[in-house]
Amino acid sequence: MANYSTNEFRSGLKVMLDGDPCSILENEFVKPGKGQAFSRVKLRNLKTSRVLEKTFKSGESLEGADVMDQDMQYLYTDGDFWYFMEPDTFEQHQATESAVGDALPWLSEQDVCMVTLYNGSPLSVMPPNHVEIEIVETDPGLRGDTAQGGSKPAKLVTGAVVKVPLFLDQGDVIKVDTRTGEYQGRVK
Amino acid sequence: MDKWQPGASLNTLRRRAAMLSSVREFFKQRSVLEVDVPVMGKATVTDLNIDSITTSVVGEQGYLQTSPEYFMKRLLASGTGDIYFMGKAFRDGEVGLRHNPEFTMLEWYRCGWDDHQLMSEVAELISLLLAEEGGFSWDVTKISYSDCFFDNLGLDPHSAELSTLQLLAAKLSSQSWIDETRANCLDLIFSSQVEPHLPRGITIIYDYPECQAALAQISSNNVGQNVSKRFEAFVNGVEIANGYLELTDASEQGVRFKRDSKARELLKRPAVTVDQKFLAALSSGLPACAGVAIGLDRLLMGALGVNSIDQVLAFSWLRC
Repeated sequence: MANYSTNEFRSGLKVMLDGDPCSILENEFVKPGKGQAFSRVKLRNLKTSRVLEKTFKSGESLEGADVMDQDMQYLYTDGDFWYFMEPDTFEQHQATESAVGDALPWLSEQDVCMVTLYNGSPLSVMPPNHVEIEIVETDPGLRGDTAQGGSKPAKLVTGAVVKVPLFLDQGDVIKVDTRTGEYQGRVK
Repeated sequence: MDKWQPGASLNTLRRRAAMLSSVREFFKQRSVLEVDVPVMGKATVTDLNIDSITTSVVGEQGYLQTSPEYFMKRLLASGTGDIYFMGKAFRDGEVGLRHNPEFTMLEWYRCGWDDHQLMSEVAELISLLLAEEGGFSWDVTKISYSDCFFDNLGLDPHSAELSTLQLLAAKLSSQSWIDETRANCLDLIFSSQVEPHLPRGITIIYDYPECQAALAQISSNNVGQNVSKRFEAFVNGVEIANGYLELTDASEQGVRFKRDSKARELLKRPAVTVDQKFLAALSSGLPACAGVAIGLDRLLMGALGVNSIDQVLAFSWLRC
């Protein structure tokens, strides 16, 4: 991979830092009037998702990371791995549980997720922002109670538990925002 | 098509104009003479960390001036008395949220004053320029470099071993700092561990480390450590001014130029033409004086509470 110097650091650039792929979030040019110039850089470690701040001397460089984001269709899991397919080439990739991470309770077969590949293997998975999933378990629906503000927990077929209005029932399909885990509405 | 519009709003342009006119009024009342020295010269500064923009004039190399300092000191040596300059200065490579390669600098010299007298005047002028905007008064804090360094790090910056500073810098950043110079380590530590904790309002920090003297005199502080008679002013933690009790000793100045030039060579930085006319002026006698430069764009940023220099310039480099 190419090396990138501090003046090429841009938000979104993927670089290697201490052996881990990182994504640059911010690069601030810092220079005391009479002193040496620095780059104060905020990076997200793509393996751990942790955000860290590092100061580099201007002109220092980091190796680029072989990281790319790709839309892929989720196929199935065999319990050990989760399988995703590139829609154009039909090439399949297997992701480990740690790569699937927080996306796990939202994955429905056929959904298109954004898979981040590092050296060709899935490093992380982002579910679609909105998903439609069936409720498999919740207290019986209170018929007609559509106006009250109350809510109750509902377990979805994918394993996630979300708060839903009282009138919903087992078997209903709901729309959820995966970024917040919030109920968005009932799908007719 | 690219955006052609200015970065500063009409209101900001008016504020800028008002600021320039307040500065002129301030110095007029105090009988400090405005001088309009060249922004283009045949020589430039040797400072290791300041890159000059070169230009070419009828086949001769020229430099856009990184500050009006040498021309102003030549005027002082010629007997002008107190003077100020307000105009453009240029520094290569400085592009960022708070940096533009061309910026507006206000620099002035007070003959017979020491650094502390000048600090008071700096605080007065900055307060005046900021107050016009907010209508409330700004707190002024004055503290020595070693006190604010110690308060945040529990370490004396003047007596700490170089290896201690290098280890700390490496911990804050990366292993590549482990053999850095004292001045660079101090800058890194100060900008990341002290600056963010400076009080709101106007802060003046004085008695900088000896290794960061630039064109300031060296003297000893109240506990007998060598320090440079250099100070800086910060507005809400952002560096906006740098001042000195000026070095008047031509031979010492010559030594510093040579040391800078050697360091430039070692670090493979472009060689620069040393300003012999400036050295000659010092030899003929620079009056005892204190001088300071303020970045007016940064000050306007502070006055308006904006965080990007692009917002206070008609056209920042990005828009040129």
